[in-house]
Amino acid sequence: MNSFVEKIKKVDSRDAKLGMAHFYVAFIGLFIGGMAGLLQTLVRSGQFTLPAGIGYYQLLTLHGVVLALVMTTYFIMGFQLVSVSRTAGTLTNKQRNTGWVGFWLMTIGTVMAAVMILLNEASVLYTFYAPLQAHALFYVGLTLVIVGSWVSGSAIIMAYVAWRRKNPGQPSPLLTFMSLVNTLMWIVATIGVATTVLFQLLPWSLGLVERVDVAISRTLFWYFGHPLVYFWLLPAYMAWYVIVPKIIGGKIFSDSLARLSFILFLLFSIPVGFHHQLMEPGIDPAWKFLQVVLTFMVIIPSLMTAFSLFATFETFGRSKGATGLFGWLKKLPWGDARFLIPFIGMLSFIPGGAGGIINASNQMNQVIHNTIWVTGHFHLTVATAVILTFFGISYWLIPHLTGRTLTKAMNKLAILQGVLWAIGMTFMSGAMHFAGLLGAPRRSAYSEYGGAAQAAEWVPYQIAQAVGGSILFIAIILVLYIFINLAFFAPKGEEEFPVGEAANTTEKAPMILENWKLWLGLVVLLIAFAYTIPFIDLIENAPIGSKGYKLW
Amino acid sequence: MHIHKFEKIWLIFGVTTLLVFLSVIGVSAFYLGNQPPSCLATINPEKVDTTAPFDKPGLNKVEGKEWDYELVYVASAFNYTPGEVEVPLGAKVKVLATTKDVVHGFNVAGTNINMMLEPGYISEYVTTFDKAGEYLIVCNEYCGAGHHMMSSMIKVVE
Amino acid sequence: MAQPGLEKKTSTKVEDQSSLKGTLASVFLLGFFLIITWVGVFLLFVNRF
Ligand code: HEM
Ligand SMILES: [Cu+2]
Ligand SMILES: [Cu+2]
Repeated sequence: MNSFVEKIKKVDSRDAKLGMAHFYVAFIGLFIGGMAGLLQTLVRSGQFTLPAGIGYYQLLTLHGVVLALVMTTYFIMGFQLVSVSRTAGTLTNKQRNTGWVGFWLMTIGTVMAAVMILLNEASVLYTFYAPLQAHALFYVGLTLVIVGSWVSGSAIIMAYVAWRRKNPGQPSPLLTFMSLVNTLMWIVATIGVATTVLFQLLPWSLGLVERVDVAISRTLFWYFGHPLVYFWLLPAYMAWYVIVPKIIGGKIFSDSLARLSFILFLLFSIPVGFHHQLMEPGIDPAWKFLQVVLTFMVIIPSLMTAFSLFATFETFGRSKGATGLFGWLKKLPWGDARFLIPFIGMLSFIPGGAGGIINASNQMNQVIHNTIWVTGHFHLTVATAVILTFFGISYWLIPHLTGRTLTKAMNKLAILQGVLWAIGMTFMSGAMHFAGLLGAPRRSAYSEYGGAAQAAEWVPYQIAQAVGGSILFIAIILVLYIFINLAFFAPKGEEEFPVGEAANTTEKAPMILENWKLWLGLVVLLIAFAYTIPFIDLIENAPIGSKGYKLW
Repeated sequence: MHIHKFEKIWLIFGVTTLLVFLSVIGVSAFYLGNQPPSCLATINPEKVDTTAPFDKPGLNKVEGKEWDYELVYVASAFNYTPGEVEVPLGAKVKVLATTKDVVHGFNVAGTNINMMLEPGYISEYVTTFDKAGEYLIVCNEYCGAGHHMMSSMIKVVE
Repeated sequence: MAQPGLEKKTSTKVEDQSSLKGTLASVFLLGFFLIITWVGVFLLFVNRF
């Protein structure tokens, strides 16, 4: 290929370094978290006890914090920074340095939180619900992670603004647009968790105030907690909408509809936190139901996404001569890990999404709330759909950034990894779903509950989870092996950063989609609508606050 | 913005399905009274043992109310009081619970009685115990090192 | 990386080239799956006390 074109399409090596720094941390996190996950399933099978005085809940805190908060955030920040660099042009020195400041802030914070967890000073799980009280440094660490992510996010915003200024009247490159939407959503959402940590939990853990308002702290947490899951999901959607079509050799079904769905996510993923608090006292059921309705709105862009993806695949297959209703399936490049791994992720999002609709269905939440069903649910969504897509991205992005290539042998290994993940997760998540319907609780070490007959029924499912967990752990070892190969040992070469083109290039995306005053204004209005009155109620009717407890 | 005819069909079908789901749970919640537990009453978590009805945990017969019994639980790390209760089959019961310390869960396994207990708040749920059997109550919100030991038992008997 | 079996072919042309009927069928299968699972748990909810 023409070397001039190649140059434009390659992420600048300085930006690549910034991206790789994020990925190193993410994959170290994957190893630690995966190890913890394996041990959890073993403990829960009843066949294994933890050595060296490690507590189950200490381990579970590590697993949740390292995987759900740290690994995801690093991967996403790294991926978005290099996507912007690839599509909107190399970052300026100022933007790149901002990215580095964000990276180091997050890293200092991560180390602080991790040390506190390892010292058993913070076995409060990744949701750190008051009035369980962790060491103040745990909260400081989490704050630094969030502030760091804001700083990194501002690098993305700066790059977007600079591009728009240089290209007036033009819709921004699709990946840049999507990265920006996710960054904006993240910033608006993290204000909630930052508020409870900085103004409630930190002063309280330092002893500056004696009591904390538990219900308000939880509500602020879940104002953040739901958009958190969309913050994980949207980068996967970026890959599904924009990158996978290019990998298979097809086109993006519709650029405008992809943007529209991202705008809908921005609008509706925040004012919905009550669907995590449906079983809680102190919140009026009418307000819960209102947020349930808003939650259902955020399903619509996922319905659009499903259509777009199938349409991309079908259009591609038919362009290759496929006939019949499903003949196009045969034309897809099943032997290409860059396609297959995200595709398994897409498939897992079908039961994942189905479970999500059930969880959000107001009183139906009583059937599954805080049972192990929920754990099964998000291991399909984040720990399969999202994470497999991230792996699929890594298999071309890491070599792209390090100037190496994905060899045939590594591609094979990657496929094996994806298949093992699918099998392991079917066992683990499937067993979790069924046990959950029987009432088995989540976040619980092995227990026979005094010999209760019901608890005995859960044990076979817990053994199935351990089988699945062991298979998953093998898959994680494979991922790490491939990652190390791609980062340090794979043959030098040029690996493509695939960016798809729209099927219809004459249709320009409507500029209203880039009108941030409008969208952010609507975001604020929706949040105010969904939260103002319930918050006033919580404050006005607040019971006496709670002192801190350290019950581990 | 062009939308393909099939995509329109799909979105109409999908959105209609969501509206049906919402209508079903909406009617069930607002007209049939199946709201999720959302009690607004508060309590001083440090004075639970001396505040009615939590000064008398257990199954208490009541008169002149929509339910026949009140089943009162006090939760604290890592147990529920009472630890075991017998409920007559078919009894209409209001389950009331609160916590003296941290957040706990309250799930009667295999039933719809599933609620969060938060310090300062009372949680309640009214239901008819219409299936005999032994039901394990588990704490399903992490509350500390003994969380998985925290349980109680309801026997629904003829 | 080399993409197995992905050489550009421009010739093959079939009459239903732009049809999205497979997509429509797929999303409807997805839709029915959502309905079946939802109804399943709803029935559990209704049958439990
Ligand atoms: C080897 C792969 C994995 C295994 C075996 C595994 C296993 C588990 C198990 C058994 C639990 C539940 C424990 C309990 O509720 O008592 C759990 C919780 C959790 N897992 Fe995983 N997991 C794996 C990968 C992941 C990944 C990749 C992510 C996220 C990206 C993840 C995120 C979480 C979260 C957020 C929780 C909830 C923690 C909590 O309730 O506080 N897991 N995992
Ligand atoms: Cu949510
Ligand atoms: Cu507990």
